[in-house]
Amino acid sequence: MTIDLKTIKHISKLSRISVDDKKAKKLAIDLNSIFNFIEKLNELNTDKVEPLTSVAATTLKFRTDVVKSKDIRSQILKNSPEDNEDFFVVPKVIE
Amino acid sequence: MTKDNSEYLISRDNNIYEIVIGLEVHAQVTSNSKLFSASSTTFGAEPNTQVSLVDAAFPGMLPVINEFCVKQAIKTGIGLKAQINKKSVFDRKNYFYADLPQGYQISQFKYPIVGEGTVILDMPNGQKEVGIERLHLEQDAGKSIHDMDPQNTLVDLNRSGVALMEIVSKPDLRTPDEVSVYVKKLRSIMRYLGTCDGNMQEGSLRADVNVSVRIKGSDKLGTRCEIKNVNSIKFMQMAINYEANRQVDLIEEGKTINQETRLFDTKKNETRSMRSKEDAHDYRYFPDPDLLPLEVTDEFIEKLKADIPELPDDKKKRFIDKFKVSPYEATILVSDMETAKYFEEVVAKMGKNQDMKLAVNWIIGELFAVLNNKNLEISESPISAKNLAKLVNLIKNGTISGKIAKTIFELMIDGDKDPQIIVEEKGLKQESDPKALEALIDKIINDNREKAIEYKQGKEKLFGFFVGQAMKVSGGKANPQLINEILKKKL
Amino acid sequence: MSEITSLTLTELVKNIKEKKISSEEATKNFIERGEKSKQLNSYITNDFSSALKNAKNFDQKPNFNLKLPGIPIAVKDLFCTSGVKTTAGSKILSNFVPTYESTVTQNIWNEGAILLGKLNCDEFAMGSSNETSFFGNVQSPIDKDLVPGGSSGGSAAALAANLTPITIGTDTGGSIRQPASFTGTVGLKPTYGSCSRYGIVAFASSLDQAGPMSKNVKDCALLHEIISTYDEKDSTSIDFKRNEYSKELTNNIKGKKIGIPKEYRVEGMPKEIEDLWVKGIEYIKDCGAKIFEISLPHTNYALPAYYIVAPAEASSNLARYDGVKYGFRSKGENLIDMYEKTRSEGFGSEVQRRIMIGTYVLSSGYYDAYYLKAQKVRKLIKNDFDEAYKKVDAILTPSTPNSAFKIGEKTNDPVSMYLNDIFTVPINLAGLPAISIPAGLDVKGYPLGLQIIGKAFDEQNILNIAYAMEEKIAFKNKITDWWIK
Repeated sequence: MTIDLKTIKHISKLSRISVDDKKAKKLAIDLNSIFNFIEKLNELNTDKVEPLTSVAATTLKFRTDVVKSKDIRSQILKNSPEDNEDFFVVPKVIE
Repeated sequence: MTKDNSEYLISRDNNIYEIVIGLEVHAQVTSNSKLFSASSTTFGAEPNTQVSLVDAAFPGMLPVINEFCVKQAIKTGIGLKAQINKKSVFDRKNYFYADLPQGYQISQFKYPIVGEGTVILDMPNGQKEVGIERLHLEQDAGKSIHDMDPQNTLVDLNRSGVALMEIVSKPDLRTPDEVSVYVKKLRSIMRYLGTCDGNMQEGSLRADVNVSVRIKGSDKLGTRCEIKNVNSIKFMQMAINYEANRQVDLIEEGKTINQETRLFDTKKNETRSMRSKEDAHDYRYFPDPDLLPLEVTDEFIEKLKADIPELPDDKKKRFIDKFKVSPYEATILVSDMETAKYFEEVVAKMGKNQDMKLAVNWIIGELFAVLNNKNLEISESPISAKNLAKLVNLIKNGTISGKIAKTIFELMIDGDKDPQIIVEEKGLKQESDPKALEALIDKIINDNREKAIEYKQGKEKLFGFFVGQAMKVSGGKANPQLINEILKKKL
Repeated sequence: MSEITSLTLTELVKNIKEKKISSEEATKNFIERGEKSKQLNSYITNDFSSALKNAKNFDQKPNFNLKLPGIPIAVKDLFCTSGVKTTAGSKILSNFVPTYESTVTQNIWNEGAILLGKLNCDEFAMGSSNETSFFGNVQSPIDKDLVPGGSSGGSAAALAANLTPITIGTDTGGSIRQPASFTGTVGLKPTYGSCSRYGIVAFASSLDQAGPMSKNVKDCALLHEIISTYDEKDSTSIDFKRNEYSKELTNNIKGKKIGIPKEYRVEGMPKEIEDLWVKGIEYIKDCGAKIFEISLPHTNYALPAYYIVAPAEASSNLARYDGVKYGFRSKGENLIDMYEKTRSEGFGSEVQRRIMIGTYVLSSGYYDAYYLKAQKVRKLIKNDFDEAYKKVDAILTPSTPNSAFKIGEKTNDPVSMYLNDIFTVPINLAGLPAISIPAGLDVKGYPLGLQIIGKAFDEQNILNIAYAMEEKIAFKNKITDWWIK
C-alpha cells in the first residue's frame, strides 16, 4: 500500500492541517514507512474474531438528570483567543 | 402538475413522475440537563450561559450519559411501535465546524438504541403506514451567528450537547400532505409521551428532507438530494415541491442529478447546493472510546412500557368505539393530548342524555376559533370543559336555540361564566310555548297579508321572510323548529 | 541526615510527620535544586513562589493525618492544574490556563501535597524520548545528551535528579515504564480504569492511564493508593475495591507463579537485556516464586496494532484543538484557513504525523482494513494474556529492548523510535497493570529495567513481586549531578 501525494493532500484536508508540497513529500515518506510496518497485521486471519472496543471491565454508568453546571460563562470564555464577553469569535465561513 | 386526492404527480409531455420522500427528523429531548453533561437545556438563555467545561470541549473533559435521555428515547421508540435494542453503541462523527467544539459529534451509527417501527397516518382517503427505519440519540451542535458581525461569526454553545433523537423514516412518503401529517403525528406522539415538546419555532423539531423522483410505476429509487435543517412544515412542503420539479427538469433535459446536500432558501423559495461540504461525507465514524456500549435490561424497558399513557392511535379507536365520533373528528380530538382531555371532561360533565355531535362541533368549531384568535392553548381555554358541557346541555334540552347559544358563548369567554346564569340574567330562554308562538305568528301573518298570499301562490322564498320576522319579533328567542312547524301549518 | 532531596517519599513523609523537617524547608530544598538544574529542562512551568507560600501555610496549620503532608511534588504537564499553565508540551496549548483540576492531581492535593510545577513531556504524550516537546528536549540526569525516555521524560528526569520526591506520569504505550527504565526509577501503569482520566489531556482514550513514578516500590505503592479512585466523571473509571497498597505491601511472594513469555525474546535483542532477564528470573526464584515458560503468540502484532488504534483515537481527540475556544490561534482569512494554519503551526511534526495516520485509518474505505482489524488483533492479544493467566499470576519481561540512547539518534526514523515500546505496548492494548523496576546497568553504565505484568486489578500482587525483587537487586542509581557546575 503506497500513500501518494494526492492521498496526503486529501488527509490533510480532512484533518484541517495545511501542507505544502515539501511537507507533503516528507509526510509521504514517513507515512509509507510506518504503513509498511503496520502491514504486518495482514499476516493474521481475523475473520472470526470480535473487535475489542474497550478494555474497561464495566458497563456504561448513568447520570441522573440534574443540572449541575450553572452559568460559568466567564470561565468558559476566559481562555478564548478573542476579546468578547458573550461569544466565541471566529473568522467567517465561506458558504 | 396533477394533483388528485392521494397522489402528487409531476407530468411533463409523455412522462408522469412520482416523488419519493424520506425524512430524518431531529427532535430535541425534553430533559433538565444535556445528553452527556450536566448543564441546563432551557431555551432562550443568554449566550454561553448554559455551557459546561464538557460542552466546550476543554482538555481532559469526558462525557457521562444522562439516564433520563435514554429513557426518553426508549419511550419514543415504544410510541413508534419500534424494536428497542438492548445494546447500542455511541460513535463519534468527526468533522470540523465552529459550533462543534469537540471536532466530533457523539451519535449512534451502526447500533442505534431503537430499530424498526411504524407510524400510522390518517389521510383523507384512509390510513397509510409509514415505516420507521431507526431512532438514535445524538448531541446537538451549538449556534453560529453570521449576521451580528460583518467580519466574523459569533458562536453560542448553549445548545451544544443537548440531547436529540434522530428519527429516520423509510422512503415511504409520497406527497407534501403526507409529510405534513407525518410530522404532526410524530409531534403528537412525542407530546403525549412528554419526550419532546415539538415546538418548531424554538427549534425543538427540525427535519432533513430527502427527495428523489422516479417515473410512476417504477420500483427503482432515483438519486436523492438531502435538504438540510428545515424548521417548519410549510417550508418542508415548499422545499419538496421545488426540489422535485428541479429534479424532473434535469431528467427531462437528459442531465444527471448529483447526490448532494442542499439548503432551502426561505426568501427565494428554492433549494440550493451547499458548497463547502465536499469532504463532509467522510465522517470517519468509530465507537467513542470514552463511552462503553449502552446496555438496558428487559426490566428497564418493561418499566417504561408501563408508564406509557394511552397514545393517539389507541385513544382514537376508543373515541370512535365508545363515543361514536367519526374518524375525522376523532383524529382532530386526539391530535393533542390536552384537546382529548378537554373533550373527555366535557363528555363526563354532560352526563346522561348527552348530544355528542353537538359537543364535538362546539369544541372543534367555536372553541377552536376562539383559541386560534386569542393564540391560546386548549389548556388555557377561557371556557372550562364544565361550562361548555352545560352550554351544550342547554341546547340539547331546548332551553336555548343554537343561535342564542352563540351569543351566550361570547359572554362566557370573559371570566368563564356559567351559561345557566347568563340565560337567567339576560332572560335568553328560548320561547317554546306553542300557544305563545302561534299567537306571535298569527300576528305576523296578519301584518303581512300580501306576502302571505304571494307565498301561497308559489313564491316559496318568502318562507324565509316569515321566519326572519318571527325571529325579529321574538328577539331571537323563538324556538326555530317550532316556528318552522307552525308557519308551515298556517301558511 | 542525607540531603533532603535524596530522601525517598516515605522517608520525607516520616520526617515531616516527626517534625524533623518542615514543609517549607523541604520545598525550599527542592526549589533550589530545581533552579540549579535548568540544563535538564525538565520543567515547563514552575510554580515555586506559590509552592513556598503553600508550604509556609502548611507549617502554620499542619495536618499530619494526611498521607502527603506538606510534600512538594511536580507533575507531568498533561494533568490540568487549576490556575497553573498546562501545555501538554505543545505550542497549541502554550498559553492555556485551566480553571479546573484533574481528579488524579486533586487526590494528591487532598492528601496535603504542594505543587512545585509542571514537568516536560513529549507533545501530547506522543513520543519515546521527550524530543517532540515544543519546549525543547529533556536531558537525562544519567548522562549528558542522553534521552530520559518518553513521553513522561521530564517526570523521569526530575525524579531521578531529585528535583521532586515522587511524581505522576501517564502511560499510553509505555510512557511511564520506558522512561522509568531509562532513568533507573520505578514506574507503574495501573489497570485501565483504575485511575480517573478526568482532567488529563487525552491522547488515546482506550489506552491512557495515569500512574506513579517513584524512587522505590514502597513510595510507588503509597502514591498509587492515593491516586487510584473511582470517578463518576469518567465513564471508563471502574468501581472496584482498591487495596491499601502500601499497607498491604509485602516481600513474601512464595509460591507465586511467574510466566516468562518466549515471544519477548526478540531477534537482535542486546545480550545485556537477555542477561538482565535471566538474572531477574534467578532473583524471583530466590524469593520462592515458581517460573513457567508461557506463550503470548500475538506479541509481535501488538506494536502495529497500537500504531493504528492510538493515532486513530488521537486524531479525533485532538480535533478540539482548533483555535476557537482556547489555546493558540493563527490568523486566517476564513474559518477553514484559520483551522489549517492554527493546527499546522500549533502542532509539532510527530503529532501531525500521528493525526494523519489516525485520520487515514479511519477514513472511508480503510476503516475495516485498518482500525477494525487492529481492534480484532487487540482482542487476540488480550486473549493471549487471559490464557496465560490461567497458568500464572504474573509475567516477567524486560521493560525496554535497549537502554537510553543519545538525543537526536532516532529522530529521523519514526519506526525505530516506535520500536522502543515493543515490550510495553501489549500491556496497554490488554488494559493490564505493569510495573518497571530498575534491575541493572548496561556496559555504558546506563540503567535497564525489568517489567512485571499483572492480572487486571491485581496491582497489589505486582507491587509485592517488585518489592521482593527490588530488595534482591539492590539497585543503586549512579547520578553524578553532571549538570550542576
